[in-house]
Amino acid sequence: MKLQISIPLSLFAAAIVLITSCQGEKKLPILGPRTVETVKKPDGSSGVDTVYKTIPNFSFLNQDSVTITNDKFRDKIYIADFFFTSCTTICPTMHRNMKEIFEKYKDNPEVMYLSHTIDFKYDTPSVLKKYAQKLGVDNGQWQFVYGSKDSVYKIAEKDYLVAVIEDSTAKEGYIHQGWLVLIDKQKRIRGAYDGTDTKQVAQLMKDIPVLLSEDKK
Amino acid sequence: MRRFLIGTLFLLLLATIIYSCQDAGQIKQDVYYVNGRDLYIKHCQNCHGAKGEGLGTLTPPLTDSVFLKSNREKLACYIKNGIKDSIVINGIKYEGTMPAFPELYDIDIAQLLVYISNSFGNKQGMYTTESVATDLKNCK
Repeated sequence: MKLQISIPLSLFAAAIVLITSCQGEKKLPILGPRTVETVKKPDGSSGVDTVYKTIPNFSFLNQDSVTITNDKFRDKIYIADFFFTSCTTICPTMHRNMKEIFEKYKDNPEVMYLSHTIDFKYDTPSVLKKYAQKLGVDNGQWQFVYGSKDSVYKIAEKDYLVAVIEDSTAKEGYIHQGWLVLIDKQKRIRGAYDGTDTKQVAQLMKDIPVLLSEDKK
Repeated sequence: MRRFLIGTLFLLLLATIIYSCQDAGQIKQDVYYVNGRDLYIKHCQNCHGAKGEGLGTLTPPLTDSVFLKSNREKLACYIKNGIKDSIVINGIKYEGTMPAFPELYDIDIAQLLVYISNSFGNKQGMYTTESVATDLKNCK
């Protein structure tokens, strides 16, 4: 009797082991809207291809008052967010968590960070520089950028899919979301994590090596 | 054996009496501490961190027991009115401002101070609502 039960049981266990071990390597999803386009293939014939959302070209002033563009993040993966230096609500928590990631990947030049200020009135490059120094992340790997209200708010909502609003009724003048957006080397969105939630930040930490290894192949 | 049993029971009874007679002050402080923790999470933790560790040199830590002790009368003012000058904590200078929390009542501030000054390696006892009220009158 005992034997009769244990045989199907062990078969079942073996099946589970087989199924789980057959799972392919983990891959991060590609987020954002996508379109199907007809493209010309190298051999001249035409076919359809999925076109994913990518971050468009941008040009902002960084903490050293130097203009930076997408080129700065060529062949890098990066984490983008939107904040302002005088924010005392979610930003310190977001940057505390982001700094933890920063410390972990300090020696990996392939991982970068891009924080956009949404306080176009006060957060000039020199203010951003001071902030970066005080946060202890001023080594160039973490870029802090300043742009016109239009350019920053537009790229936030249209491209990184993060809501930011200037609102005079809010205590500090702005309403914004605390997403940390993970961008791959093809400028596609591969993840968005609530920077104030330790669980989601832990997930981001786990996802970074997955994304890095994907590009190795 | 019987004597032993009675003896133990008596000792137990004595211990219970002593334990339950723990001074009311300690119980009040514990209540303040627990409420203070909720207030801390709501108002302070963003910048000062869950362990009072601060954030870079943007926000000072709350672990400098000497500072907390020697500025005991000013702490309520710091919370209620914010800080505009730079301060030195653990030998490091912190510039910038701390926001004011005018919406907090005296009892909230007392509870916050009990939590902060008895956490993060600090152990400085009770703050009463009355002492907060007095301290606030003397704010500069």
